[in-house]
Amino acid sequence: MKALCTTAMGVALGLSGALAASAGELTIATVNNGHMIEMQKLTPAFEEANPGITVNWVTLDEGTLRSRVTTDITTKGGQFDIMTIGMYEAPIWGERGWLEALEFGADYDVDDILPAMRGGLSHDGNLYAAPFYGESSMIMYRKDLMDAAGMEMPDNPSWGYIADAAAAMTDKDAGQYGICLRGKPGWGDNMAFLSTMANSFGAQWFNEDWTPALDSPAWNHAVNFYVDLLNNYGPPGSSANSFNEILALMNEGKCGMWIDATIAASFLTNENMAYAQAPQAITTRGANWLWAWSLAIPAGTNQAEDAQKFIEWATSKEYIELVAETNGWGAVPTGTRQSTYDNANFQAAAGFADAELAAIMSADPSNSTQNPSPYVGVQFAAIPEFQAIGTAVGQQMTAALAGDISVEEALENAQTAADREMKKAGYY
Amino acid sequence: MTDKQRQNLINRVAVAFGWIAAILFFFPIFWMVLTSFKTENQAIAIPPLLFFEPTLENYTEIQERTNYSKFALNSIITAFGGTGLALLIAIPSAYSMAFNTGRWTKDILMWMLSTKMLPAVGVLMPIYLISQKLGMLDSKLALVIIYAMMNLPIVMLILFNYFREIPKEILEASRMDGTSTFNEIRQVVMPLAWGGIASTALLSIILCWNEAFWSIVLTTTEASTLTAFVASFQAPEGLFWAKVSAVSTLACAPIVIFGWLAQKQLVQGLTFGAVK
Repeated sequence: MKALCTTAMGVALGLSGALAASAGELTIATVNNGHMIEMQKLTPAFEEANPGITVNWVTLDEGTLRSRVTTDITTKGGQFDIMTIGMYEAPIWGERGWLEALEFGADYDVDDILPAMRGGLSHDGNLYAAPFYGESSMIMYRKDLMDAAGMEMPDNPSWGYIADAAAAMTDKDAGQYGICLRGKPGWGDNMAFLSTMANSFGAQWFNEDWTPALDSPAWNHAVNFYVDLLNNYGPPGSSANSFNEILALMNEGKCGMWIDATIAASFLTNENMAYAQAPQAITTRGANWLWAWSLAIPAGTNQAEDAQKFIEWATSKEYIELVAETNGWGAVPTGTRQSTYDNANFQAAAGFADAELAAIMSADPSNSTQNPSPYVGVQFAAIPEFQAIGTAVGQQMTAALAGDISVEEALENAQTAADREMKKAGYY
Repeated sequence: MTDKQRQNLINRVAVAFGWIAAILFFFPIFWMVLTSFKTENQAIAIPPLLFFEPTLENYTEIQERTNYSKFALNSIITAFGGTGLALLIAIPSAYSMAFNTGRWTKDILMWMLSTKMLPAVGVLMPIYLISQKLGMLDSKLALVIIYAMMNLPIVMLILFNYFREIPKEILEASRMDGTSTFNEIRQVVMPLAWGGIASTALLSIILCWNEAFWSIVLTTTEASTLTAFVASFQAPEGLFWAKVSAVSTLACAPIVIFGWLAQKQLVQGLTFGAVK
């Protein structure tokens, strides 16, 4: 019996061994996006330059990553030394003291980071996450189809012009659709796009007293326009489409136009692609979103110093040059540094560079609505309650797009859901 | 039509239905394996491609980017460990309930089973915090314990039903020979219910193998299983279907091979007591 107990304890200790990361071992939580995968491949260069530091990667899908890092950070689980987070989390978590403020030396050239990115990842003047790659939204369209329709895309088209172009490019019998837009429910899916569209129609998420504004005529106008546009000129089953599904449709040659993340431009394979700024209705304010996948250090990690070194390396100009040397300038992470856009090699390799930079520079999270609003953020409101509200509203919009309920009914339900959430949170 | 001809026709229709059902069940697996040999663009082609030039690029990339054997080994340890622990607790408990049935036995079993109806996320925070306080985050031992507790109600219920099929007279005879309770379980009950125990263990292993929620939430680098391995290949911005198919094929392969090798015990156990 004694032997059995000893064996059991031995097995237990063996199984639970290596619980905590040892000194010099960094655990980084990230998503499975192309640029992140490249960073993992290039990590040996960092390890070589920093003997004694080894890097372990935990790759998760976006939704799981959010819940994992949120659980870990709120319980001070200490499972991660660096977290990949977005522009939504950085200011909120920074304000709550969950993240270490980042401070860089002169070599890092923090002023080279695009102001919109720096602003979106800061709180009270402290930078809480360093942008690894950033994006805005823009129109990606087939120039050959526009030419065939006898139209020319302006740099800043209106939604009315987009509807006309979509009508001209649609040939349903040939499986050709004028426009493809996100329809899958989720605050980061259909609502990311719809928020920017609504902004341009003069709508906003919340009034100045934090009451939801989803019952406004501007939202009604925007959502009706969106539903009509997709029903008339979009592909069948749009309510199930998000980034990846539309990317596939674009590369299959099924869509004439797509308004989505600027990063999509680097995945598009059609040689006739051209780019323009996101459409506007009554204002350009908030018409294109702003997002950055960024690296942050959770407060309380024992490896803060090494984590800072890694972030400094991964978000530096030198890292961008390393990627360019390895895979070419067309494959570098974009949307973060002015120096990237100033580089002639990059300009030559990336046909979307000018449109992307213009989109990022024009996005202002602190001034994204036609009328004054109390929140920061373009395609989201940077408050903790937004995730739940955005998802609930997204489900209503998808139902309206699928024709299950009317737009008016969807907005009424969305307003009720948002109102309930805000009241519960004590905003009024 | 004679009776024999009618019987033949019925048999043929039954066989045809059997084939249709088998094809329907097998098709997703076939498509997953097929997609794993496509490029990302071939994987999303419309209409879907049945014939194409196969590529091993997905498997090569997985090999380059990850340590498959580590994930597979963790899956094996946690699935077998969790099942072993569950059986260790369930066999004596089921014996006690089957041969000393009391007034509340069925209610206790139903209560245990009802815990399966609780969504896992409902106990996320307590389990996460307990694991953290005990220093068991990212440990295989934590997964072994959770898997055992997770499957215990089902394992107990199935074993209870198998044990009840054993005639009590056999146990009485062994008791008259002076057998202890421990030996009665080990030398009489277990050999008689071996088919049932084996199939229950197999079912538990499969359930542990496929478990995703806890393995993703509680592990990072040391104890991650194959389900976490599959989850890591989804991408919010970029095509990933071919790679996920290849990863899923690699994740399914060990358990499919194991199930195939153990199919005799599985069928024997599942049909135990079906025909008297």
